[in-house]
Amino acid sequence: MTIPGAPEIDRPELERAGIEVPGLSRRLVDAPWWFFALVGILIFLGYLVFFDPKYAGAKDAVVQGIPVTIRSTILAFALALVLGLFTGLGRLSRNVVVRNLATLYVEFVRGVPILVLIFVVALWIVPEVSDALGAANRISQEWRAIIALTIIYGAYIAEVFRAGVESVPVGQMEAARSLGMKHRTAMRVIVLPQAVRNVLPALGNDFIAMLKDSSLLSVLGVREITQMGRLYANSSFQFRETFLAMTFLYLFFTLILSLVVQWYGRRLQRV
Amino acid sequence: MAAASNVSETAAPDRVVVRDLHKWFGEIHAVAGVSLTVRSGEVMVIVGPSGSGKSTVLRCMNHLEVPTSGEVYIDGVHLEARTTDINRVRAEVGMVFQQFNLFPHLSVLDNIAVAQRLVRKRHREDAEERARSLLERVGIPEQAKKKPAQLSGGQQQRVAIARALAMTPKVMLFDEATSALDPEMIKEVLDVMRDLAHTGMTMVVVTHEMAFAKQVGSHVVFMDEGMVVEEGAADQVFDDPQHERTRAFLAKIL
Repeated sequence: MTIPGAPEIDRPELERAGIEVPGLSRRLVDAPWWFFALVGILIFLGYLVFFDPKYAGAKDAVVQGIPVTIRSTILAFALALVLGLFTGLGRLSRNVVVRNLATLYVEFVRGVPILVLIFVVALWIVPEVSDALGAANRISQEWRAIIALTIIYGAYIAEVFRAGVESVPVGQMEAARSLGMKHRTAMRVIVLPQAVRNVLPALGNDFIAMLKDSSLLSVLGVREITQMGRLYANSSFQFRETFLAMTFLYLFFTLILSLVVQWYGRRLQRV
Repeated sequence: MAAASNVSETAAPDRVVVRDLHKWFGEIHAVAGVSLTVRSGEVMVIVGPSGSGKSTVLRCMNHLEVPTSGEVYIDGVHLEARTTDINRVRAEVGMVFQQFNLFPHLSVLDNIAVAQRLVRKRHREDAEERARSLLERVGIPEQAKKKPAQLSGGQQQRVAIARALAMTPKVMLFDEATSALDPEMIKEVLDVMRDLAHTGMTMVVVTHEMAFAKQVGSHVVFMDEGMVVEEGAADQVFDDPQHERTRAFLAKIL
C-alpha cells in the first residue's frame, strides 16, 4: 500500500544509485497515523453534524456564531500584531523606561489567566477608560472582547517578535550601521524583514491559539460560536449535539490553519 | 578639537588617528594603549596572534566598538565626541567583515544599492547603475539578480567590498576579510583588495595573509596582548624585525 502524501519512489533506481530507501515497515511506523485518525474523526463529526437530522438544530445555532468568531479573531489579531511589534521592540530598547514598561506589561499579562484578563479588561479597564474619555458605555461588548484579546495576545506576540529580532545575527545590524544607517533604519530595512520571516510560523500558531481562545469571549455574552452553542444547549437540552457541533467547527478551522502554517514552514526551510 | 589637522611633514593628510586607545571587556584588557596614524593613500596592515586586540582596534575606527578610553579621529572628526553624528562618519568609512554580513533577504544588487539610497539619498537608477559598475569592477556583473546565499564565499565577500565601496568611502577597513574563505577563494578576494590599494584608497587591513601584507602594505603594525609591539615599513617589519615577539610570531606563521 502507499501512504497518502508520500512521494512516489522508484526503488530499484535509487538502490542502484546507492541511496538507502526506507523499507515499507519503516515507512509504516513513521507515518503520521494520528493525523489520519484526526481527519477521520473530523469527517465522522462533520457527517453527524451536517447529515444527521438530530443535529440540525444544534448545527444551525452554532453556525450563526461563525461570523463573530472570525471577525473578532482577525481584528484582535491584526491589532495584537501592531501592539506586539512595538512592545517586542520596546523590550529590546536601550531606553530604560521603555524597556521596563514593555517588560512590565508582558510579564503582567503572562502571569494572569486569560479568562481573568478578559474580565479585567472588558468589564473594568475598558469601562473605566471610556468613562474617563467621556464615552461611557458606547463601546459594544464585541469591541470590549476584541480589546481584551488584543491586550492579552499583544504580550504573547511581543515575545515572538523579540525572539525573531534576536534570531537575526548581530552582524546584520553591524553591517547596516557600518554603512551609515541609523539604528531605526537598519532595524526597519535590514533586521525586521528577516525577523518577521523567521517568526511567521510562530505567528500562525498564535493565530490558531487565538481562534480557540476566542471561545472564552462567551463569558462576555458575545455571540460567537461557543456562546451560540451554550444558549442553544441551555434552551434545548441537546448538550451532546451542541458540544459535538462546536467541537467540529473549531477542529475544522484549526486543522486547516495548522496545515497552512506547516506548509509555509516547510517552504521557508527549503528556500 | 581638530587634533588631526596639524600640518605634518608629508603632504598626505591624516585619515585615521588613534590616540592611547584602551578597551576593556569585563576583566580583559583587550586593547591596552594603542596609538596609530593612517595617512591618506596608505595601506596599513595590522598583524598579530588571535586575541591581540587588532580587530577591536579596527572596530573602534568606525565606532562599532566604543573605546573605554582614548580617542579616534577620522579626518579630524572625534568619533567619541557627543556632538559627532556617527552615521555621517560611518558613511565615509567602509567596512568589510570576516563573515561577509551580506543582507540575505536582498538581491546582490540591492545589497549594494540599499545604503546608497537610504544614506546617500541617491535615486534608485543612480544607485543601481553604480552597483552594477562596482559588480563589474569586482568581477561578478552576472550575479546582480541572485540572492547572496546562491554565491560562493569568495563572490559574497567581493559583493561585500562592492557594497562598502558604493558609499564612496574615504577609508576602507578590512576585518580578516579572507579568514572565513576556502583556500581557493582567498586569492580572488585579495586580488580585489590589491587593485583597490593601487587606486590609492586608504585602507586598514587586519589579516593573517602575510604575503599580501608584505606586498600591498605600506605600513605594517604588529600587535600582541593589546599593544603595538612594532611598526614600520612592510619590508622592515618582515625582513628585519626588531622585537623578539615579532620574530617569534613571524617564525611561526611564515
